[in-house]
Amino acid sequence: MAESVNIEELKKLAPPAELRRAPVIEGNQGLGWLTDKLSAFAEAKVPLWWWILFVPAAFAAMVIFPTCLFYQVFTGVGVWGNNHPDMWGWDIVNFIWWVGVAHAGTLISAMLFLTRQHWRTTIGRMAEAMTVFSVAMAGLYPAIHVGRAWFDWFMFPIPNSNGNWPQFKSPLMWDVFAVNTYLMVSSLFWFMGMIPDFAVLRDRATTRIRRTIFSLLAMGWTGSAWQWHNYEKAYVVLCGLCTLLVFTVSSIVGLDFCTSQLAGWHATIFPLYFVIGAVFCGFGMMLVLLTSLRKLCGLESIITRSHIDKVAKLTLVSGLIIDYIYLMEIFIAWYSGDPYERWVFGHRFFGQSYWYFGWMLIGINVCVTQLLWSKKIRSNLAALFVIGLLINVGMWSERFVIVVGSLYQDFLPANWGKYHPTMWDVGLYVGTLGAFFMLYLLFVKFLPVIAISEVKGATPQGDPHHPLGGAQKGGH
Amino acid sequence: MKNDKVYGLMAEFDSPGALLGAAEKIRDNGYHRWEAFTPFPIHGLDKVLGYKNSLVGWVSLALGAGAFFSVVGLIWFANDFDYPLIVGGKPMFSPPMTFVPAYILMIMGAALGALLGMFGINQLPRLHHPLLFKKRFELASRDKFVIVIGATDEKFCATETRKLLETIGGANIGIVEERE
Repeated sequence: MAESVNIEELKKLAPPAELRRAPVIEGNQGLGWLTDKLSAFAEAKVPLWWWILFVPAAFAAMVIFPTCLFYQVFTGVGVWGNNHPDMWGWDIVNFIWWVGVAHAGTLISAMLFLTRQHWRTTIGRMAEAMTVFSVAMAGLYPAIHVGRAWFDWFMFPIPNSNGNWPQFKSPLMWDVFAVNTYLMVSSLFWFMGMIPDFAVLRDRATTRIRRTIFSLLAMGWTGSAWQWHNYEKAYVVLCGLCTLLVFTVSSIVGLDFCTSQLAGWHATIFPLYFVIGAVFCGFGMMLVLLTSLRKLCGLESIITRSHIDKVAKLTLVSGLIIDYIYLMEIFIAWYSGDPYERWVFGHRFFGQSYWYFGWMLIGINVCVTQLLWSKKIRSNLAALFVIGLLINVGMWSERFVIVVGSLYQDFLPANWGKYHPTMWDVGLYVGTLGAFFMLYLLFVKFLPVIAISEVKGATPQGDPHHPLGGAQKGGH
Repeated sequence: MKNDKVYGLMAEFDSPGALLGAAEKIRDNGYHRWEAFTPFPIHGLDKVLGYKNSLVGWVSLALGAGAFFSVVGLIWFANDFDYPLIVGGKPMFSPPMTFVPAYILMIMGAALGALLGMFGINQLPRLHHPLLFKKRFELASRDKFVIVIGATDEKFCATETRKLLETIGGANIGIVEERE
């Protein structure tokens, strides 16, 4: 049996308060308590707030979304505002926006694992789910933007009677592989992380139907040392691969732009620009989800203020990098001496149309982000929720500025034209938002929303070398 | 269905530290067919059990490298051999141009390799395991740390092994039955 722990003796051994790291979980609770706490929400009755959020999201996802989707597929891309010269409109803006939302999830769950940040255990699962659902939304846009969605399979290297193969030299083609790989790998990673937690829910199940469902999902997981041994290896390998994807997927989306000849797009900074923009946007979404769900699901002692503070700091860091890139972009446009480049950048802020999006970009992504320097703001959850929402709006307008801002007035004035979204553009966006939140709410309610086994492993009670974990004197 | 065949003896421990200490003693007593079941991975336990570096990494590498070179081959076949395609006056095939698709699908292959390798080596998914019929074993995913000494171990003896588990601090020692 573990020797009883003398708390007074422990205190003497511990470093002074100001040097001590905050524990991952507040309250120094035991492993049994943690298991109850972390699986409580998935096992409790569906609360009222859940229905209040779920019904509108489900309406958007099950009514607005298919209506807009089918009307567009049956009629053609012309139902959107896309028209010469703005062949890319909201569809591509939203594609990049959704891919962006995904990236912070992978960064939190994979990169912070590789750097051994234990606080990520509490928010990693939520971040991964955000990734999986938003990549699914992103992938939809290019698939229907091609116009004839029933020919999408031409993009995959499948032998066919027409003898046509994909054109592997095009970044647009690389996008197909990148987004599909991202969806696949992040889903695998998400699912594999949940297997031990499915086993927890299986072992706790009180009804036959729950037991059957979670037994199937847990796939016979017993938690033997051999299983953990191989699982941990697979986990670290997947984390490494996901980290590669953070840098790859958005880079390739950036290449779609920078391989073109258009002023405002033809810049080598684009791959990096899109990666950082994506991460920044995703952190904004993460702030929105964390600050609200922590309260709604009663997880205040698990997702502590310190964790949210760290996410806010990471948001600030990625925001500062994106600010630097904006500055660089404008500087290079001036420094290039190219009149078209200079003209496009001038028109982003002082043109006749869409200048307000340019100022939204500056106002939010550059100015509002600076609020996060203040510790007071970082500990104010309502403020963080609003800042998170604003960052998503700001990053959306950034993508609009890039996509439409460069297209609508190119080299020849005869070639100029305005872009106006139609109700079908708006409807489809609302539909994807609804689908995302519907899936997310289902995940929050029915699946282990926090990585139970990982959190337990990150507590002192789970550390065999810590006195609270039963370490024996002179032993481990 | 019940029969008399014994799968092993199961004992519970309260903390990861206690489990690690017990595991060392079992190893020192010369047992080979035994296993620990824990709610989360315990640092140092695989060393006590003598597990070498997991093969999952190699499976992942094999599938990743396989995917990479398959895509290079596919692009050569598609754009140079089966249907030569001139794009921008560039060569029909050159290795650098294949890099991006090959690299991305290498990630896909390696990820599948990691997951499938983990499943394969862990013999998952399985619908049945003798321990999953044991009521007390449900706590092994909660806050108990379980050691099971298999009946197939050379040194296994219903009374002696039980005595050993008792002396090293195991609680709720019970027989796990083999199920059909």
